[in-house]
Amino acid sequence: MVTAPATTTGMFDLHDVSVTYGSETAVAGVNMHIPPQAVTALIGPSGCGKSTLLRCLNRMNDELGNVKVGGRILLDGVEVNDRSVDPVELRMRVGQVFQKPNPFPFSIYDNVAYGPRTHGVRSRAALDGLVEDSLKRAALWNEVKDSLKKHAFELSGGQQQRLCIARALATAPEVLLMDEPASALDPISTQQIEDTIAELKRTVTIVIVTHNMQQAARISDQTAFMLRESMERPAQLVEVGDTRLMFTNPSDKRTESYITGRFG
Amino acid sequence: MADTSTTGRRLSRPAFRRAADRVVTQLIGLSGIAAIVILAAITVFLVINSSRALREVGLWNMVSGTDWFPTSEHAKFGFLPAEVGSLWVTAVAMVLCIPVGVAAAIYISEFAGRRTKEVTKSIIEFMAAVPSVVLALLGIALLAPHVREWFNLDTGLTAFTAGIVVGAMALPTIITISEDALHAVPKDLRTGSLALGNTQWQTVYKVVLPSASSGIFAAVMLGLGRAIGETMVVLILAGNSGIIPDTALVSARTMPGTIAGEMAEVVQGGLHYSVLFAMGLVLFTVTFAINLAADIVLERQRKKWRR
Repeated sequence: MVTAPATTTGMFDLHDVSVTYGSETAVAGVNMHIPPQAVTALIGPSGCGKSTLLRCLNRMNDELGNVKVGGRILLDGVEVNDRSVDPVELRMRVGQVFQKPNPFPFSIYDNVAYGPRTHGVRSRAALDGLVEDSLKRAALWNEVKDSLKKHAFELSGGQQQRLCIARALATAPEVLLMDEPASALDPISTQQIEDTIAELKRTVTIVIVTHNMQQAARISDQTAFMLRESMERPAQLVEVGDTRLMFTNPSDKRTESYITGRFG
Repeated sequence: MADTSTTGRRLSRPAFRRAADRVVTQLIGLSGIAAIVILAAITVFLVINSSRALREVGLWNMVSGTDWFPTSEHAKFGFLPAEVGSLWVTAVAMVLCIPVGVAAAIYISEFAGRRTKEVTKSIIEFMAAVPSVVLALLGIALLAPHVREWFNLDTGLTAFTAGIVVGAMALPTIITISEDALHAVPKDLRTGSLALGNTQWQTVYKVVLPSASSGIFAAVMLGLGRAIGETMVVLILAGNSGIIPDTALVSARTMPGTIAGEMAEVVQGGLHYSVLFAMGLVLFTVTFAINLAADIVLERQRKKWRR
């Protein structure tokens, strides 16, 4: 049975990472360390390459076609773009939650069991355990434990998003990527997602893209600020560091302007 | 006055413009109603013309009658030979075109590149534009001799031969509508599945296909409706024998083929004439029911994605 990793793994190291769409370089020269079992927030104005960088970490950029990723991206020391790395295996270890909740048109149970089933878990008992465990970790269990057969579309937006988190957790990832997971939700649902993230970071590494700087300040341990200063030049990582420090005492003038709301 | 405020911009609209709006709205509404009126007129027309047959032979006697001897002295008007013939032709057509059609739709929607997609889609649309009589000619020249040879038959004009060509005719309908259904599955479901570590093929058959299943079902139903109503191909290729076919590999008559083949030779207003109309009424009811079912299923699918 797959369980949450007990050892300290799920750490990323990025060296001079760049992303090129066709002939246009969107992101360049990103160097950063993503510590394990902590929340790293990617912030910056729209179009600054946050989501693009996030998609490099589980190679979802592969699916877009015509995208070239340069530099080195190491997950626990292993180059994820290496030819020997299968994106399918990588994505089991690096899960993703999207901006808009995207549950499959199945029951709650089947949504969570989807990943494990694909990867060969057949026994009913093992699946039951995984579903319960994942829903508990996503803080949805208490609301749905009596209606696991209910269609996922009957859940509210916030519940659907927590279902998507549970679904991603069911393959026991070491890292969870979240692309503005609360931007389509109301404040109460957002609060619940943030609580879930705070709880989850004890067992998984979380990288979250957010437009909401208060959210970044509330939930993250480390913050990375990205900026694309003009369309002629690729986006860059301006500053990365401890969240509290960055929000109280940013070292770069541009970071300060952004977090104090002067642009973006 | 309302239209001379301080800014000089008016708030009222000239009467003739409002009248024009009303006229256009009503014209459009009328066009919508026209379809319903035509449908109702067809039904009434069929019932009136088949009333003599319904009175003198009886609906059940026709629908369940085993003998079709319309011109003998003791004429018998049993539809079963034509009904079973239609069933065989349609069954062969569906067995062939459902797997091929759905597979083609999956390929076009999920795996083909943009260029391939454009080219295949226009080829399929072109396929739909080939007149059925032309396909029937191809069938009689190329297919029938082979069918005769393969199965060692006396004639190549069988329900099987007609079924293959009818299947080819229903193919564009099934491909196009299935492809629409697959295309309507939200993209974020695909990314969601891929991000969970599924391959593209796993994503297609575990998420995309189930999500589009009702649309694909509707596509099959519409293809079925098309196959049952197809006339020219079956008239030329099925052989039109009067017996109830016990396999697909014998000559058979179909309902549309019977009507088209005999209508020109009957006395207008006579009993045989009226019986053919009754057969048309039965055929119309069947295809109408199939199309209605497909429509209901499609509408349900549309609602599903409006979330």
